[in-house]
Amino acid sequence: MGKKLRVLVAKPGLDGHDRGAKVVARALRDAGFEVIYTGLHQTPEMIAEAALQEDVDVVGLSVLSGAHMTLFPETMRLLKEKGAADILVFGGGIIPREDMEELYKQGCGRLFGPGTPTADIVTYLKEKFPDRI
Amino acid sequence: MTTRELLAEFRAGSKRACARLMSVVENEPDVAAAVLDELYPMMGRSFRIGITGPPGAGKSTLVEKLGRECRNRGKTVGIVAVDPTSPFSGGALLGDRVRMPSLFTDPGVFIRSMATRGGVGGLASRTKEVCDVLDAFGRDCIIIETVGVGQVELDIAGAAHSTVVVLVPESGDAIQIMKAGLMEIADLFCVNKSDREGADRLVMEIETMVGMKARTPNPECRTSEVGDRRLAVSDWVPLVVKTVATTGFGVSGLLDQLEAHRKHLEGSGAMTERRRESIRSEIVELTEEWLRRDLWRRPVTTGRLNELVEQVLDGSTTPYRAAEAISRDVLAAG
Repeated sequence: MGKKLRVLVAKPGLDGHDRGAKVVARALRDAGFEVIYTGLHQTPEMIAEAALQEDVDVVGLSVLSGAHMTLFPETMRLLKEKGAADILVFGGGIIPREDMEELYKQGCGRLFGPGTPTADIVTYLKEKFPDRI
Repeated sequence: MTTRELLAEFRAGSKRACARLMSVVENEPDVAAAVLDELYPMMGRSFRIGITGPPGAGKSTLVEKLGRECRNRGKTVGIVAVDPTSPFSGGALLGDRVRMPSLFTDPGVFIRSMATRGGVGGLASRTKEVCDVLDAFGRDCIIIETVGVGQVELDIAGAAHSTVVVLVPESGDAIQIMKAGLMEIADLFCVNKSDREGADRLVMEIETMVGMKARTPNPECRTSEVGDRRLAVSDWVPLVVKTVATTGFGVSGLLDQLEAHRKHLEGSGAMTERRRESIRSEIVELTEEWLRRDLWRRPVTTGRLNELVEQVLDGSTTPYRAAEAISRDVLAAG
């Protein structure tokens, strides 16, 4: 039996727009992944702790509030602190190009903007984790 | 990290190691047996509470409040929440955590979501084993939340010490309540969303149904068959507790009743009896699993199978005689 890809999809911070996160969660489910959806208003601490307990391979964050330069690095830092730096953090939202470049430099996975076909996200994860089903 | 290193970190109390061992147990049947064997001496201390009921009854919300109440009483908590795997894509959306945010960062709580992956009895095929890992990790209470069930997904009754069946005021009339299956496995009934109309009527109907059973004891019937599991029938009379999980109303009373049930199980010897039954069915299951995995790896079976397929085709034997011949060969080979 191959290991299934486990993905945590979370909405950190204060914005209440979770349609995007839900659409992505649903698409990843349909791609055959196990998606743990944790809902709105999560702190980076909650997300890192959940990722750890669920033993996920990857965490997807949806940030539309503009706080991405805080929320992405903080989540990655906490994962590292908990000995789980191997868990990939990627995401999506309204993120300007130069911020994306900065987050990539800090080790963040791919960031997807508005209008991304969900198939692109599935392809990205499949390529990133070729040994998972 | 090797399994040995994981086990060492697990013993030192690492949550990460605990989570990874759960994945090993879920994904790697060959390694799982060795891991669980290693952890076995540390198991057997936790009280396992099963929460089951139809989709949308409020199970996850209730689990959060119950978890919180256990923490208030000084207990550490493990939660295993199961949601369905898609029969089409093999994927799953595990959404029980959405209702439990207040427990995420409590160091005394460990939550694990599981997809059923072929389990059809309301639990995942490895839920029991994942609970065993939490048990060995030292959790006092383990709360197991099933998928939203219908009437016949009853595995939880064999996996938990106390099973709570969660219903809502709209759950049905007296006839629904009298039906076999789900309504028979409850150690406690919980009428959730009890601030809605009809709650008292439902409570009364459940109590009437429970009363019918209590008045007609049948000494011949010491155990009953539920699916392929035999469940000990005890003289415990299930109580009905009203809750409103969103506000926490009634949850403390529910936990009081669960503790009373635990005392009853321990005091009446039913706990030992349950343990004996569950060890028995576990050994049977593990043996069958082991044999099944081993069976078609043997040359004596694989060679013979091809031969017998041809013989059935040309009419010199039948599938029934072929199966018997293979079984006899296997048993003779030892």
